[in-house]
Amino acid sequence: MGPVVTVRLLRWVGIVLLLLASSVSARADDFATLVGDLASDSFADKERAVTALGVLDDPRAVSVLQALSEGRLLKTTDGRVVISKIAGGTTRVRDAVTGEDIAGADPDRFDRVIVNNRLRGAIEGALAALTLFSIDRDARLVAARDALRHPSAGEAALLEKAIAVEQDPEIRAAVQLSLSAARLVSGSRQERLTAIRALGTTTDPQIKNLLDEFRAAPDTDPELKKAADAALTSIGNRLRLVSIAANLFQGISLGSVLLLAAIGLAITFGVMGVINMAHGEMIMLGAYTAYVCQQSFRALLPADWIDAYLSVAVPVAFFVAGGIGVALERSVIRFLYGRPLETLLATWGVSLILQQAVRSIFGSPNKEVSNPSWMTGGFDPIGGFTITWNRLYIILFCFIVLSVLALILSRTSFGLHMRAVTQNRPMASVMGIRTARIDALTFGLGSGIAGMAGVALSQVGNVSPNLGTIYIVDSFLVVVFGGVGNLLGTLVGALSLGIVNKFLEPVAGAILGKIVVLVAIILFIQRRPRGLFALKGRTAEAEA
Amino acid sequence: MPALPGGQQKGAWSPRFWASFLACGVALAVAVPAFNHWVPPDSPAALPDYLVPLLGKYLCYALLALSLDLIWGYAGILSLGHGAFFALGGYCMGMYLMRQVGTRGVYGNPLLPDFMVFLNWKELPWFWWGFDHFAYAATMVVLVPGLLALVFGWLAFRSRVTGVYLSIITQAMTYALMLAFFRNDMGFGGNNGMTDYKDILGWDVHQSSTRLGLYIASVLALGLGYLCCRFITASKLGRVLLALRDAESRVRFLGYSVTDAKLFVFTVSAVLAGIAGALYVPQVGIINPSEFSPGNSIEIAIWVSVGGRGTLVGAIVGAVIVNSAKTWLTGAAPETWLFVLGTLFILTTLVFPRGVVGLLRRPSRIRTRAAARVPAGERA
Repeated sequence: MGPVVTVRLLRWVGIVLLLLASSVSARADDFATLVGDLASDSFADKERAVTALGVLDDPRAVSVLQALSEGRLLKTTDGRVVISKIAGGTTRVRDAVTGEDIAGADPDRFDRVIVNNRLRGAIEGALAALTLFSIDRDARLVAARDALRHPSAGEAALLEKAIAVEQDPEIRAAVQLSLSAARLVSGSRQERLTAIRALGTTTDPQIKNLLDEFRAAPDTDPELKKAADAALTSIGNRLRLVSIAANLFQGISLGSVLLLAAIGLAITFGVMGVINMAHGEMIMLGAYTAYVCQQSFRALLPADWIDAYLSVAVPVAFFVAGGIGVALERSVIRFLYGRPLETLLATWGVSLILQQAVRSIFGSPNKEVSNPSWMTGGFDPIGGFTITWNRLYIILFCFIVLSVLALILSRTSFGLHMRAVTQNRPMASVMGIRTARIDALTFGLGSGIAGMAGVALSQVGNVSPNLGTIYIVDSFLVVVFGGVGNLLGTLVGALSLGIVNKFLEPVAGAILGKIVVLVAIILFIQRRPRGLFALKGRTAEAEA
Repeated sequence: MPALPGGQQKGAWSPRFWASFLACGVALAVAVPAFNHWVPPDSPAALPDYLVPLLGKYLCYALLALSLDLIWGYAGILSLGHGAFFALGGYCMGMYLMRQVGTRGVYGNPLLPDFMVFLNWKELPWFWWGFDHFAYAATMVVLVPGLLALVFGWLAFRSRVTGVYLSIITQAMTYALMLAFFRNDMGFGGNNGMTDYKDILGWDVHQSSTRLGLYIASVLALGLGYLCCRFITASKLGRVLLALRDAESRVRFLGYSVTDAKLFVFTVSAVLAGIAGALYVPQVGIINPSEFSPGNSIEIAIWVSVGGRGTLVGAIVGAVIVNSAKTWLTGAAPETWLFVLGTLFILTTLVFPRGVVGLLRRPSRIRTRAAARVPAGERA
């Protein structure tokens, strides 16, 4: 062990001894006297005061110690100790003990309480001790995790004390982990061995670095070295697993977003054969509906109802986008059946008009649509990556929409009529189905689903008039890739595109990954011009 | 009428056609420079300097529209990625112009364009070699779009990707190229593209005489492009194209090679688009990746529709009308432009499917028939 380490060790032992010694008398010491001691000229006195403050269990000590370490603790000419704080451009000075503002004081005229490196170490330890035993649960958790960054013998002693009194399981786990790290640095051989084993079950890159350092040290015991190797391999495996799981989740999440954007198109393009370039704008309208609902809830209803705005926005978006879809079908698209390329141009025109209309009404800048509280945050299933609630709910929502749609298509009379009309229009008409009405409703259904997708997308991205154009190329590719007129194909297409994209991202970068996917789809369509799940037989011919 | 090569149609090259063609050509190539150059600037008949590159730009767009009409109007291939060929031609020219800047750039590096110096590149990437020679750049203007079209078309037409599917994958192609060109490390200036050109073939690009020269070059390119398209469409190949547009399977069963015919016109069309792009860049003074955006490519289709699909002249007329309207409206009332463009899209497809030229022509001379009359199965 080098001399520096020895000195550091001695220092920590000293602090711990002081801690233990002063813990008896600390309570008797008045907070005010200790703060007064901080302004003393002797570093030894200062250090004693700092250590005593660390065990005093007084919440005011935290701000005083922080001020001291940041050089904001000043002493006035009459011996008072004050804290200066820059707030809103002006420097405010308040008394360190009573906390009251000292008006008109010029902080430049006071002397700064000088800190040396030794004292800095003491402050750090005292602060850690204060927060480890703080009443505030979050502060304790942060301190327990923070302790991982400076493992040492002193830390180990502190953490041992902390774990003895800690009740909260999450904090206990964090303390235990930091304790293992501290023992790895400073413990006995047996303690180190146990610590290494415990550390091998984590996924924290910091611990990986710590173990790497430990392993690389020249005088490490060979058995410990072996244990460290095993722990490192196990951490590496876990990290790999976590990154695969993270990519998979993000891929499914992206896939579900693509799927939501494409389901409506699978109806209008896949089932009806209408190239609806305004599909993206139906999504955009849905997103703006969510925005309007949110604003109305904020303006008209009590504040605690805001979390419910989505349950209103989803059906409203369905009817807004669906209604516009029906109007579009009746006024433009019905004249263009059988002329797919003309439909493409006309609906592109519609999309330009809708975009400009929204831009004129709401303005070009992005609108902010916030997640309701039950969709914010996330949880960590295996350690190392977070599943956010909004992404998870969107995946769920997407599958609900898809299943309901599949049920409508296969189990309701509307679905039956729809399939009949798209497969053989004259025959369906002869059987008494009002084909024009079915056309309008089908198109409305597809557009309405796009509107609901817009509400979902507003939860994960920006809401702007260009929202639709972002998704339009992707949605068409998903439908074409999966195979036209086939919901299962759309599902598989969207998920596989999403997952492939996310797995390519770390290798090739986000943009290059996307280019690779696009080129792959172009080549794939050459191989299978009718997509993954091609329809067979007569309907396949008619789809062309 | 004497027999013409390639089984040319009667009337395609009549004296009447030549008379009107030359009249238009002279009007464009002589009258505009005359009004700009020899009429004193303070006279009301004078054409101000700023209009010359603007007209030149319209002519480039017209050539681009012409190239799309050749494949869409005659062979029924709606490419939604034609802007990509235009932009590639433009980038080839832009690279030549960047190399001509030499030491006059901000960093004064004799070899590297400014953006490469900025990105701390040490040497010229291999794909920039040779672009300091005009002849090499001009060859690339033809070769790069042509080869891309050849490979892409070969893949697509061989596996019989048609109709909407083809439109969507061409759109994916231009989208992928746009994303690629936005990247800084592609070596084409990334987001900002290439601009701040100094001279072309030794003439200053900001000089009004150089601009006139570029304008006349555009007129010539458009005229030659038109003759080339007319030659193709009036030949036997043109008849095959029309036939396969309306009933591809029948043409195939009759023993024609549909793939070869499509591949040929697709490549010719891409080359024309590339040339249009190359002439466009020195006149507007910039090329950047937004030229690849799918929206731009769709807009070309609307120029053709407005003018009249399958008429060649219509493409030129449509490009000039729509772009003049765009220049005027985006200046006068910017927020209405998209409304007008959108309405144009809807009206031309719903109400005037034959476009301006179709409205003016006698019905007997219209050769475009609605493709819808052929049973859907045969277009597969």
